[in-house]
Amino acid sequence: MEKQEGRGAATVRTDDPWYDAPASGWGELDGTGTPTTPVASAPAPMPATATATVHAGGGAGGAGTAEEHGLGAADIYLEVQRSAAFQEVRRRYRRFVFPAALAFLIWYLAYVVAATTAPGLMARPVAGAVNVAMVAGLGQFLSTFLLTWAYSRHARLHRDRDALDLRWSVFDLTRSRELGTAREYGTVRESGTAARAGERRR
Amino acid sequence: MSGDHQTLALLLFSAFVAVTLGITTWVSRDRHGSAEEFYTGGRLFSPMENGFAIAGDYMSAASFLGISGLIALFGYDGMLYSVGFLVAWLVVLLLVAELVRNCGRFTLADVVATRMRERPVRIAAGTSSVAVSVLYLVAQMVGAGSLVSLLLGGTSEAARAWTVIGVGALMVVYVTLGGMRATTWIQIVKAVLLMAGTVALTVLVLLRFHGDFNALLTTAAERSGHGQGFLSPGLAYGGGWTARFDFISLGLALVLGTAGLPHILSRFYTVPTARAARRSVVWSIGLIGSFYLMTIVLGLGAAAVVGTDEVRASSAAGNTAVPLLALDLGGGAGSTGGTVLFAVVAAIAFATILAVVAGITLASSASVAHDLYASLKKPRPEFPAGSPADFPATLDTEARGEVAVARFAAAGIGAVAIALGLLARDLNVAFLVGLAFAVAASANLPVLLYSLFWRNFTTRGAVWSVYGGLVPAVLLVVFSPVVSGSPEALFPGVDFHVFPLQNPGLVSIPLGFLAGWIGTVLGRERADEAKHAESEVRSLTGAGAV
Repeated sequence: MEKQEGRGAATVRTDDPWYDAPASGWGELDGTGTPTTPVASAPAPMPATATATVHAGGGAGGAGTAEEHGLGAADIYLEVQRSAAFQEVRRRYRRFVFPAALAFLIWYLAYVVAATTAPGLMARPVAGAVNVAMVAGLGQFLSTFLLTWAYSRHARLHRDRDALDLRWSVFDLTRSRELGTAREYGTVRESGTAARAGERRR
Repeated sequence: MSGDHQTLALLLFSAFVAVTLGITTWVSRDRHGSAEEFYTGGRLFSPMENGFAIAGDYMSAASFLGISGLIALFGYDGMLYSVGFLVAWLVVLLLVAELVRNCGRFTLADVVATRMRERPVRIAAGTSSVAVSVLYLVAQMVGAGSLVSLLLGGTSEAARAWTVIGVGALMVVYVTLGGMRATTWIQIVKAVLLMAGTVALTVLVLLRFHGDFNALLTTAAERSGHGQGFLSPGLAYGGGWTARFDFISLGLALVLGTAGLPHILSRFYTVPTARAARRSVVWSIGLIGSFYLMTIVLGLGAAAVVGTDEVRASSAAGNTAVPLLALDLGGGAGSTGGTVLFAVVAAIAFATILAVVAGITLASSASVAHDLYASLKKPRPEFPAGSPADFPATLDTEARGEVAVARFAAAGIGAVAIALGLLARDLNVAFLVGLAFAVAASANLPVLLYSLFWRNFTTRGAVWSVYGGLVPAVLLVVFSPVVSGSPEALFPGVDFHVFPLQNPGLVSIPLGFLAGWIGTVLGRERADEAKHAESEVRSLTGAGAV
């Protein structure tokens, strides 16, 4: 597991702004104990195309009023939520997590119920003094470890990057809002596509 | 136990206290007194550090002494606890940790309040968090009291009372002076000590049996007096159907309660990102899983080396199985090795209680100050009129006031826990822990999962799901055989029990979920789409997370 983590940290270290997002320089240790180098340039991971889109949209509208600011924040989240990129992140998360959670809950409940209703079956010997109950109990431990590994791998490979791109999109949209520039519909959708293009590049 | 054990154990424990007090002073030397600093230690911990701290928070003395003791007494049925305690972490890892880190700020109520009307949900979630914390806290304090009498032989009532008071006073010092940063470091030190001690004992047990696990199993079964029945289910929970349902109820509460424990939830805020939160849970699952695997070996080892009857003779609940095992593995009573090992185990057990108690106190003081006090005092200020530049200053002053309240709250909760710990000193510790888990699973988990995953969830649903889990859980316990109608009950003289199970989880957990659903569909209120969008985007991407 540690090795796994270490490798994960190594592959994303050079350009991974998770380590730098809101506050910088916490000198985080990765799984292997080596200090991670904080990334200096925060906006860098925003794909260039997406940034360009946002700025291009920025010129069109003119300065917003204070009321628009309040409305704007909510609009940004609604828009991001509807964007294809976000839907994809959410779909990937749920497609893994819901079946996995259901599976281990059923497996655990079956184990508890079997222990209380079918002690005879559980007492059947397997090898030496080891019986079915022992194997099932150790199986619970094993399945927990395996699922933990599978989930962190899935999240690292299929979700982290896109989620981070979206985070920067929101950040950028909010920033351009605050600077008093307007925003056009479709921006996020485009920047979302750009984010996924970024992933494909990777 | 002889005087040597006591002196050495007390010396080692004093060393632990001295080291942790030193750390508390050291880490709090340049603090700014901000709320961020007090509740989350500035969110600067690494996943590994936080993983150890989570493991430290979770592996209470009930796990260390209690589970291996249960295994020594009841064999396989004790092992079911270890499984439940570990599997619970999958709920935390898959459904809770990352989303909570992204969406919340200091407490459980923060997550819910992202998309609901703040006041009602804060008061509800704050109340249930404090209830869970106080139950859990009392369990630990009672444990501390009985531990001292078991381990140090000072069975006098006064010795137990002073232990409870001493532990309570120390934890208040840690929390008020050091906040989350000191508390976390105490957990880390304790987790390392606990793991080291457990590994050493496990290796010694396996060496005794020349690495032959099968020999360990057969010897344990032989010396338990139950034969093969010791290794299969049914020894503890094989009685009537009530006992079986009780066990299923407990199993459900264990697996669902962990994700609702306030002091575990607040741990995810001490790391900078959701990814770090996930990696800390992976660390803690590794640590907790290997720890529970080792407690199985220790429990079986105690049965095989010490013998079940001797364990039961020393403590009916099995709590002294591991210390007795240590004494035996070190060379028996009177030998230097035995004395040292016994003292080490005793000191680790004390350190464990102290650390866990500090963690819970901090979490509950956060709920009191950040949720209850802040909501009851006045509605949260909207953006003030006037120049936006004044706004951060207002926020800052308010946050500082809140931290002062949190410090007082920690002292107050410490006093309440000491008082209740003294009153409840004859209650069964395992029952109190099971109850805390049941309340957490019934009142905290439904509202948390609904707010994170259900689009149409409303404020009314949130409030209903908290109270709809909390009230039945507490009422069912009041009307259960734990409180009246049985010889071991709180009030053995009277009998008003109508609910047959000791653990309310089987009924109250579904009720909590049901109440949230009913409250949502019955209300005319529509879910706020924009706020739901905000909380969903924030939870999955980390946008706008602090």
